Amino acid sequence: MTTETKEISKKEAFLTYLLRLADDRLILGQRMSEWCGHGPQLEEDLAMANMALDLIGHATALYEYAAEIEDKGHDEDYFAYFRDDRDFVNLQLCELPKGDFGFTIARQFLFSAFSYFQYERLKDAKDEQFSGMISKHLKEIKYHLRHSREWVLRLGDGTEESNKRTQESFDELWMYLGELFHMDEVDELMIKEGLGVDSTKFKEDWKKLVEDTLIEATLTVPDWDQFMMSGSRKGIHTEHLGHMLAQMQFLRRSHPDAEWK
Amino acid sequence: MENQEKLDEFQARIDAGEKIEPKDWMPERYRQQLIRMMSQHAHSEIVGMLPEGNWIERAPSLKRKLVLLAKVQDEAGHGLYLYSATETLGIDRSELVDQYLYGSAKYSSIFNYPTMTYADICAIGWLVDGAAIVNQTMLARSSYGPYSRANVRICKEESFHKKQGYEMLGKMASGTPEQQKMAQDSVNRWWWPSLMMFGPHDSDSPNSAELIKWQVKLKTNDELRQHFVDRMVMEAEAIGVTIPDPDLEYNEETGHWNFGDIPWDEFWNVVKGNGVMNRERMKARRAAHENGEWVREAANAYAHKKKLQQEKAS
Amino acid sequence: MSDNNSNKDNWPLWEVFTQPKSGKPHEHAGSLHAADKEMALQNARDTYARRNEGVSIWVVESKHITASTPEDMGPFFDPANDKPYRHPQFYSVPRAVKKRS
Repeated sequence: MTTETKEISKKEAFLTYLLRLADDRLILGQRMSEWCGHGPQLEEDLAMANMALDLIGHATALYEYAAEIEDKGHDEDYFAYFRDDRDFVNLQLCELPKGDFGFTIARQFLFSAFSYFQYERLKDAKDEQFSGMISKHLKEIKYHLRHSREWVLRLGDGTEESNKRTQESFDELWMYLGELFHMDEVDELMIKEGLGVDSTKFKEDWKKLVEDTLIEATLTVPDWDQFMMSGSRKGIHTEHLGHMLAQMQFLRRSHPDAEWK
Repeated sequence: MENQEKLDEFQARIDAGEKIEPKDWMPERYRQQLIRMMSQHAHSEIVGMLPEGNWIERAPSLKRKLVLLAKVQDEAGHGLYLYSATETLGIDRSELVDQYLYGSAKYSSIFNYPTMTYADICAIGWLVDGAAIVNQTMLARSSYGPYSRANVRICKEESFHKKQGYEMLGKMASGTPEQQKMAQDSVNRWWWPSLMMFGPHDSDSPNSAELIKWQVKLKTNDELRQHFVDRMVMEAEAIGVTIPDPDLEYNEETGHWNFGDIPWDEFWNVVKGNGVMNRERMKARRAAHENGEWVREAANAYAHKKKLQQEKAS
Repeated sequence: MSDNNSNKDNWPLWEVFTQPKSGKPHEHAGSLHAADKEMALQNARDTYARRNEGVSIWVVESKHITASTPEDMGPFFDPANDKPYRHPQFYSVPRAVKKRS
């Protein structure tokens, strides 16, 4: 009896864990895809579309696996199209409107740096299918980190205007970073089962990378001790998410029985 | 220095099927015609990102979202290849971009029509990309080397563009009643504009004869259009959509399909800027360009600083 | 060609060469605009290698390329035409050896 309860909760925790990873990527990828056709330069339009494709691709693979773990006959689209705002467990950082190019780059850099350290550890997870997926996606995350980091350097240390804009973006994003390192019972169980990572273990590495980059970019590192937002892992979001989901889901939900693949 | 001897020599090279490369001698008119045609092709790829981009965020499945995003991204790439090829003629991309954002350079009118339903995305893939493939397959054999090479690359990459649209349109055409209605409605709206993509009739196309003489184009507008219609009739039947032309009829004698009169008044009206989306398209492209200025400047300023630092150090 | 960098927001032109797989030579893939070499390399990756077209990329700013001109064509390449001894077909080899190679 006790083993059975434990097994269920492990399954539930794993499902939630996969959905958190997937939601982050779908929502951020959706934001990034808004740039398609509107980039500052043709070459960068291609680069941003590539990152959006990677992120949504990673989310799709994670949802597919989540559907398998959940075992209720759902598919990947179910998680993207038929869950409501309160069910989404992505970071608030990912749902904020795309802003200007500097904002998009600043957020991508912060997120990619986090993903990089997270995936570096997750790739050893004790689940072959999961760790295989992570290793594959890690290669693309490394490129996102490189691309966004190089842009942070250029925008920070470019012109007076680009420095000012980029500084403002980091200042604005800062209070959404606390959540990156929140841990709850899901994380704890996953760590115990060898399926999750303890993000506090790489927090200092991540902070160092962020700080070094900002300093090299002649930007000021905002105050780490300021007020930090929380709650997204429990489905608390800014109002922006609802509008994004309304747009993303409307066609699929208007014709739920139709074939759309 | 365009004496008859040089012109004849040039024409002889063309007639012998030789490719003209950027540094070769060429008539000024050949260069100008190429710049006009190639940059127009490039602008069309870029503006063409907008009507389809309109549905990336609303695509009805993750698979279709990825497919659409990859396709629109390819269009950015194709615009880029074409601008690069045009630049070999001694004109900078920024000048070309200025010509269409703030001047009178044109892009394909098809992109001034609105994508109102998701089925439009499928119809565009089938019809608009279908027409583009007919055109670009010919241009891949164009006499100007860089233009020919750019089109070879484009054709290779675009083979999935038409297929994805045709596949999904077929699914919708045999899907729920609402999907069927959407699919047929989109074909009704995109059919005639897609025929217009080949340009005016040969009799009204002042550039055609010259472009063919120089083998920039290898076939006339009407020849390409006929080839397209013949193919599309067959493909429409296969997925069960109706082409909105009551005059469509197989001609035993020619072995081709006869089709009705193209609504040219509408065509010229849209060319003149009165399509549903003309103003929006230009507004969106100008906004992208202008909002990107500080980014492009920052990258240049950074590169300049680094160069100075390096020079100082050495 | 002029150095079209007078405009503050206009990036210079680069030529891109990709190697389809190891062992093969790098080939010209096309060109692009970038403000510096790191971005040129990244843009090349996103533009010319997004379908696994390459395992290695070279970028070089276009203005650094020195190319032969059509006027060079005669003196550069014609002399090779009357030197058949540079080509293996110039030499005869016993039939039995030929078959084995």
